[in-house]
This record gives sequence, structure tokens and C-alpha cells, in this order.
Amino acid sequence: MNAPVRAIADPISRRPDTPRVHRAVVAVLGVAVLALTFASVAIGYAPFDVPAAFADIVAGRTTLPAMVLWELRIPRALLGGLVGFSLGLTGAAMQGYLRNPLADPGVLGISSAAALGAVLVFYGGLSAGFSLALPLGGIAGAGVAALLLNALAARGTSTLGLILAGVALSSLAGALTALALNLSPNPYAALEIVFWLMGSLSDRSMDHVLLCLPLMVLGWGLMLSTGSALDALTLGEDTAASLGVNLVSVRLRLVTGAALAVGSGVAVSGAIGFVGLVVPHLMRPLVGARPGAVLLPSGLAGAVLVLAADIGVRLLATRPELKLGVVTALVGAPFLIVLLLRNRGGRA
Amino acid sequence: MSLALHEVRVTLGGRTILSDIHLTLERGRLIGLVGPNGAGKTSLLRVLAALVAPARGRVTLDGRALADLHRDERARRIAALFQGAGVGWPMTVREVVALGRLPHRHAFAGLSDADQAAVARAMARTDVGHLAGRTEPTLSSGERMRALLARALAVEAEWLLADEPVTALDPAHQLDAMAMLRAASRDGAGVVAVLHDLALAARFCDRIVVLSGGRLVADGQPEEALTDSLLARVFGVTAERGAAADGTRYILPWARSGATKEKSDGVIFPG
Repeated sequence: MNAPVRAIADPISRRPDTPRVHRAVVAVLGVAVLALTFASVAIGYAPFDVPAAFADIVAGRTTLPAMVLWELRIPRALLGGLVGFSLGLTGAAMQGYLRNPLADPGVLGISSAAALGAVLVFYGGLSAGFSLALPLGGIAGAGVAALLLNALAARGTSTLGLILAGVALSSLAGALTALALNLSPNPYAALEIVFWLMGSLSDRSMDHVLLCLPLMVLGWGLMLSTGSALDALTLGEDTAASLGVNLVSVRLRLVTGAALAVGSGVAVSGAIGFVGLVVPHLMRPLVGARPGAVLLPSGLAGAVLVLAADIGVRLLATRPELKLGVVTALVGAPFLIVLLLRNRGGRA
Repeated sequence: MSLALHEVRVTLGGRTILSDIHLTLERGRLIGLVGPNGAGKTSLLRVLAALVAPARGRVTLDGRALADLHRDERARRIAALFQGAGVGWPMTVREVVALGRLPHRHAFAGLSDADQAAVARAMARTDVGHLAGRTEPTLSSGERMRALLARALAVEAEWLLADEPVTALDPAHQLDAMAMLRAASRDGAGVVAVLHDLALAARFCDRIVVLSGGRLVADGQPEEALTDSLLARVFGVTAERGAAADGTRYILPWARSGATKEKSDGVIFPG
């Protein structure tokens, strides 16, 4: 089937510049992530000599500025980037896989399950015991959800079946979270749970970073490995299978990857909404609609967005501090409405 | 150089869809798969594409069991074009066509020069070069069909399976699509197309395979396969036959067999 080329392809349509544009977007976003990470370290409530504190850390002096930098500022900045990247990447992967522009990282119910896990730990009073109990509870919740979803995905359930399972899981986890609040023995505990659920990066430690970093990196790897399969899936499952895509493997990698990345993200930071939903839509006009091409830029843009929002929260300096999830939702919800209005009548 | 089914039986949800299918297909020919609705044509195509495993029997490619072939090798050797497969995202035509090169690419690698050349060849064959930068939602049905056909041709596989490639196209585009499929077969591929239009099938195909009720009921050159008795028995139609001005024979389903006239049943529609 190697027919001679009848018409040598004309020079205009010969080679798209898409890979170059893609690399440029990734490079710019990467620089932005680095810059915002440094800005996030430098900006805080108290005036603070970052270079001096850094010098103290390097020299091994346990001064107060060094401790503030190492125990508060740096973990907060790192978590902002990690959680943002996880949300953006997972959002892009879910939208690509489900072929639905309104899918978000929570669509499979993993965020809700992680939140439930953390709330149960809170409720059980374990979180008072040691600081990592809360995130560990969240990760356990996400793990249970991932096992359930994987059991379903491995049986070859359709995409629609997976979405419905996610909706069911979300509702169940939400209801159980509400039940825990309802039965909360004292109002302060309930209030604390509600505040935690709003999502925040304040007062996290290096332990949180070390806990979620390996899980997230593994999850990112799994999701990024599905890039070309997501491209093939734009033509439907049958065609993707005929192109050599192993549909079950893709499903398992996506569910597991999302559970690792988002589950550990929710476990350390609470629920930060709308980032994963919005970011892929911001990237498509820049890098094109091919789902595989949207993955990495969306992750980086998610990191940019969460880092910027977290800096914004500190610059606004309201008392009490605005919760990060509240800010991202306040910015994200109007965007979603505009998106829906623009798509009205057209194909979503 | 053959794709063959040996005593294949396919069941879906406990129901037998295909039974006792024994069929050997050769490359270099355009093979039309016809039959009434529900005859199992699409199922047969899905078996050939290894998307459905037969409950009994074997499917072989050049004597090797299809099930033993590695997924990637199978994808490189058998390309498939399925009906109703739109494009999920507004990707450009070039990006869509380039998807046909996925079976040839390594993980995380971009398009090689050979891939670029194959994409250009496929786009030239289906005449979609001028659409390269257009996104999928802006295409007409005819343009979309050509882009998706280019995607399937870009695989440059030995076999091309097409499920109802001409449905929902106007007559001119139907003729174009059939000519492209035949051209692909003349270039050496084995092309198997599920078709509903018997006139088109008879005009373009080298060989017609007729399915009815999950069984193979006729197989041969169009004139041999589509006899009057078969058309009456399987499709419930009678056909007009003749020779076109250029000398090619045509078969045109003309009336339902049995029902002789369209007569009024006496109901008066209030105007």
C-alpha cells in the first residue's frame, strides 16, 4: 500500500509548527512556575529576609528565620506547585479520556472519597495524635475509591459506566461526610472540618510534602503515559483499539494515576475546586485540542494558578485568611458560566 | 497473504450473532460485505479487526492466529474505519490523519519523517491537503469522511476494514469514497467494506459476501452472488439489471418482492 505520492504535499501544509508552539508554551509555563514558587517563598505575612534565612539553613544554623523558611514558607510553596500540577494534569486527563469538556479531577469521586477519609480521621480524633494522620486518612479514602473503580474498570466497563460509578461514589462520600458533620459531638470540631474541606495550604510542613510527593510523581507518570492513547480515543473506543490501544490498561492507568495525584493532593490541602476544570480550557487555544498535547501544559498552568491564588490569599491578608478553595471557586465559577454560555447551541 | 475465518461462531450476551462462518479473503481486492439489518455484518468486521473474540473457531492472518499477534503488530497490519466515529475534540485534520501513525510510533516519540510522508500520502489520496489546518467541527460530512478515511489509509496497513463508509454521504461523495476504497485495493491492500447500497457494492466491489441471519449465504463476483433468487430471499427485493453506457453492468434494487403494487389502503387523510 505504498503508492507513489501523487502530489508532493505543498510547502504550506508540510509541517505544522505545533510541536514548537507546544515547547514554547511548556517553557514559558515552566519558568512561570519557578518564578511563582520563589515569589511564594518570599511573600508572607511578616517581613522576612529570605537570603539570610536561606544562608542559615545552608550553614545548618537553627535560627528562627531558618525555621520559618524550612517549616512554613518552602513547604507551602512546594505544595502549591505540586497540588496545582496534579489538579491541572488530572483535569486534562479526565476531560480527554471522558471526551467531556466539563469533566474535572473529582469526576470519578476520588476527591470526595479522599475528603471523607480525612474527615473520618478528624472525627475519630486521631488527627490530634500526630500531624500526618489527616493526610494519611485522605490517602486511604482515595485508595479505597481507586480500588472500587479499578475493579469496575478491569471488568471492561464502558466509559459511561465509569462516570456513573464516579457520580455514585461522589454522592455516597458526600453523604457520609455530611453524616459525620451531623453527628459531630461538638460544634468546634464540625467547624474545623468545614474549614479544612474548603482547602488551604497554610501551616503545612515538610512532612506533608514528603508524604505526597512520591505518590503524585507516580500518578503524573501514569497519566502522562496515556497521552497518545487519549489522542486515539478521540476517534472512539473501537478505532482506538484498532490503533493498538489497550483500553483496559489505559483505564487502569488513568484511575490509579488520578487517585494517586488528586487523592494525595486533597489529603494534604483539602478540596481546591475549579482549577482542574478551567485550566485545560485555557490551554487548548494555545496548544490545540489534541488531548495528549494538553496534558503537560495543563499541569504547569494548574501549578501557576494555585501558586498565584495562594500568593493572592496572603496579599489580601483578610482575617481569617481566605481559604484557597474559596478563591479558586470564586474565580472558576464565573469562568464555567461563560464557558457554558459560549458553548450553548454549539458542540460542547 | 490472506485474512481468514475458520468455522467462526460469535455470541454476544448469550445470543448467537454469527455461526459457521468460513471465509478466506485475499489482498488486492475490494470486498463488499452486504446483508439486511441485523445480519451480523458489523460483528463480522469487528471479528476481523480482533475487537471481538469468536466463541468458537479461529481467525488467522497469513496462517497465524490473530489472537496471538501482538497488539501493535496487528494495529500496523489491519486498519479499521468505524461508522459513527466522530472526532471528540476540535482537532485539525492533519492531527486526525496523523493518529493513523500511532501504531508505528514509539512511546513519547513524535512523528518521524517516514510518518510525515505517510500522512502526506494519505492526505493526497483522499484530497484533503487543503483541509489540513481546519478543525473537525467545521467540516462537511463529505470532508469529514475523507479525513477519517485518510486517517485509516495513513496506517498503510495490509488490510483496511470499513464499516458503512458511504452512509450519510451524497451520491457524488459516495462514488468518491468507493473509488478511493477501490484505489486502495489496487495499491495492494485487502479492503473489506460493509455496504448497504447494493448498486454501489455491485458496481465497485470485486467480490461480494452476503450475510443473512448470522450465516454466510452467498460469496462471489457481484453478478454471481447477487442473483434474483438471493435478492428475493435475503433482501426481499427484486432488481433491475442492465448495462450502463460505459458497458459496466448494474444491479438496481427496484421493488419489494411479494408486494406487487403500492396500492391505496383506503384510508383518507384529512387535508
